[in-house]
Amino acid sequence: MNRTNTKNDVDRDDLAIEASGLVKKFGEKRAVDGIDLKVRRGTVYGFLGPNGAGKTTTIRMLATLLKIDSGSAKILGHDLVQETEAVRSRISLTGQFASVDEDLTGLENLIFIARLLGCSRRQAKERANDLLNAFGLEEAAKTQVKKYSGGMKRRIDIAASIVITPDILFLDEPTTGLDPRSRNQVWDIVRALVKHGTTVLLTTQYLDEADQLADRIAVIDKGKIIAEGTSGQLKASIGSGRLHVRLLNPDLRPQAQQILADELNTSIQLLSDPTALSALVSNADRVAYALGELARSNITVTDFSLGQPSLDEVFLTLTERQTDSEGKTQEVQS
Amino acid sequence: MTNPSLQEQIHTDTENRSNNHSTDDSLDQVITNYIPHSRANGIKTSLTFAWRALLKIKYVPEQLMDATIFPIMFLLMFTYLFGGAIAGSTSDYLQFLLPGILVQTIVTITMYTGIELNNDIRKGIFDRFRSLPIWRPSVLVGALLVDTVRYSLAASIMIGLGLVLGFRPDGGFLGVLIAMALLLIFAFSLSWIWTTLGMIMRTEKALMGVSMMVMFPLTFVSNVFVDPETLPPWLQTVVEVNPISLVVTGIRGSMHGFVTLEDISWVLLWSAIIIVIFAPLTMYLYQKKK
Ligand SMILES: Nc1ncnc2c1ncn2[C@@H]1O[C@H](COP(=O)(O)OP(=O)(O)O)[C@@H](O)[C@H]1O
Ligand SMILES: [Mg+2]
Repeated sequence: MNRTNTKNDVDRDDLAIEASGLVKKFGEKRAVDGIDLKVRRGTVYGFLGPNGAGKTTTIRMLATLLKIDSGSAKILGHDLVQETEAVRSRISLTGQFASVDEDLTGLENLIFIARLLGCSRRQAKERANDLLNAFGLEEAAKTQVKKYSGGMKRRIDIAASIVITPDILFLDEPTTGLDPRSRNQVWDIVRALVKHGTTVLLTTQYLDEADQLADRIAVIDKGKIIAEGTSGQLKASIGSGRLHVRLLNPDLRPQAQQILADELNTSIQLLSDPTALSALVSNADRVAYALGELARSNITVTDFSLGQPSLDEVFLTLTERQTDSEGKTQEVQS
Repeated sequence: MTNPSLQEQIHTDTENRSNNHSTDDSLDQVITNYIPHSRANGIKTSLTFAWRALLKIKYVPEQLMDATIFPIMFLLMFTYLFGGAIAGSTSDYLQFLLPGILVQTIVTITMYTGIELNNDIRKGIFDRFRSLPIWRPSVLVGALLVDTVRYSLAASIMIGLGLVLGFRPDGGFLGVLIAMALLLIFAFSLSWIWTTLGMIMRTEKALMGVSMMVMFPLTFVSNVFVDPETLPPWLQTVVEVNPISLVVTGIRGSMHGFVTLEDISWVLLWSAIIIVIFAPLTMYLYQKKK
C-alpha cells in the first residue's frame, strides 16, 4: 500500500501497467485482439480510437471488471487475474457513463464512496467537502446529481474516483460531449493527478485531447493497436497536417497542382470546389516555399490553411499503412 | 459555476486557467492529501449500502407506495367488496384474509430488490462498486437489509389497519411476531430470485413483466383469498402444492394460534431451498457480469 517508490527500483518496477496479448471475445467477435501495453508510472497514456475500437473493453479488463480471454497483465507488479484484490486497492475507474448514483446529491455520493473505502463518518464528510471545493462543485453539493450539467457530472464522477487518490486512474472518454470549458477543467484535474504521481490511462476519440494530455498514445482500431508512440512521433509518421489552398482562378488549378506536387513531394487532392486543392504534408517548412512558388508563377492564392491532421486522417493513413505491412503494429520512430 | 452561460463556456484554455488559481491550489491539495483509512469490513460496507438505499427512499418516496398505499387499498377493497360474498360477513373474512393479503403484498414488493439492482447494473455505478476493494456481496446484503425494513413497514401498516378494522389474532402478540418472522425469512429468500433475475434481465420492464407473470398466478391460485375446500379438486391440488399457500398457512396459523410445527417447517424449508439455489446463483452472476 506504500505508494512512494524506493529509489533503487529496477526498470520493470517502473511500469504501472504491463500487458501482453490481451484478448477479449464477445461470441465470435474479437473486441480486443491481442493488445500489448507498457505504461510507465506517473505518466498519462492515451488510448485513441473511434467508436467500437475496443477501448472500453480494454479498460474494463485492466480494471478487473471483465475476464480476460487470453493474455496477461500486471498492474503495479500485481497479476491482474491472481491478485485481483491487490489490484483493486490501487486503481480507480471512471467509466464512460456516469458511475455515481444520480438520485443522490454530490455530497452524499462522495461520502458514500469514502465510507465504503473505510473512512470514518467525520473523515468521509471532510473529504467529500474538500473534493467538492477543489472541483468547483461546492454550490452543487446538496443538489441531486441528475440535475447536474454534463461537465459537473463528469467532475463529480472523477471526484468519486479519487476519494482515496489512486495509484492508477482509468478514465474512459472523460471529455466526450463536454463543452470546451468543462473539458479544460477535466484536463486540469488529470494534470494535477499526474503531478502528484498518479498514472492515468485515458481513452479518447479526440486527437487533440491525446495530444494535450498524453505522454504516449496508442492508436487502436478493431481491437488492435495500429500505432504507438509519443504524439510527436505519431504526427511525424503521418505528416504534420493537411494543407488547404484556394485559388482566385480555377483555370490555374492543374498548374498549381503540379507546382505543389513538386515542392511538397506528395500527391495533391483536387476538391469538389473547383478552386480548392489539398495535400497531406510531412514537413511544414516546405509549405512556405511551395506557396512562394505559386506566387512566383503568378497564381493568386486567396486563402490557405495548414491544419493538424484530423483523427480521420490519422486513421486513414495508419490503417492504409497497416494493410501494407500485413497487420503488424507500426513502431513509429521520430 | 453551476450554470455557465454560453459565453463563459467558450473561455479559452488560458483564460480559464488564470481565472482558476484558487481552484488549482485546492485541487493540488485535495489530491496530495492522504487520508488515513483502513479497509472497511463487510458489515460496515453492507451498512453503507443500506444507508444509500435509505437515502434513495428519501428522494424517491414513490418507492414506498407499494409498501404502504397499495396494501391498504387491497385490504379495504377485498374486505368490503368480497367479505360478505365469500365468508358471510366482512369481519369473519378479515380474520381469514389479513394474513393472506399480508403475504401477497410482501411477496410482491420483494421484486423491488431486483429492480434496484437491475437499475444499478445498467448504469455505470455497478462498475464502480465492482472495482472497489470491498467485500463483494455487501452491495446485495445492504439492499436486502433495507428491504427488510421495507417489508416490516408494510406488514406493520397492514396489521395496524387490520386491528382498527376488527382483526383479532387469536395467537396474540407472540403469534403475530412469529408470523412476522416467518414472513421476513420467506421474503428474504424470495429476494434472491429477483436479484438473480435482476442480473439477467436486460431492462426493468422485462423484469417487471416476468415477475408479474409469476407472482400473479402464484398469489391468486393459492389460499390467500379463499379456503381451498370450496375449489374443484384438481385446483385444490394445485393450490396445496403452491409454496405461497404453504407460507400463508404458516402465517395464518401463527396469527390465529393453530400453527403446527409442520406448517412452520414448510415455510423454513421452502425459504432454505430458494436461498440455497438463488443466493449462489446471484453471486456467480455478479462475479461473472459481462
Ligand atoms: N458486452 C458486450 N457484448 C457484445 N459485444 C460487445 C460488448 N461490449 C462491447 N462489445 C463490442 O466490442 C467492440 C468494442 O467495444 P468497446 O470496447 O466498447 O469500444 P470503444 O470503447 O472503443 O468504443 C464493439 O464492436 C462492441 O460492439
Ligand atoms: Mg467506449
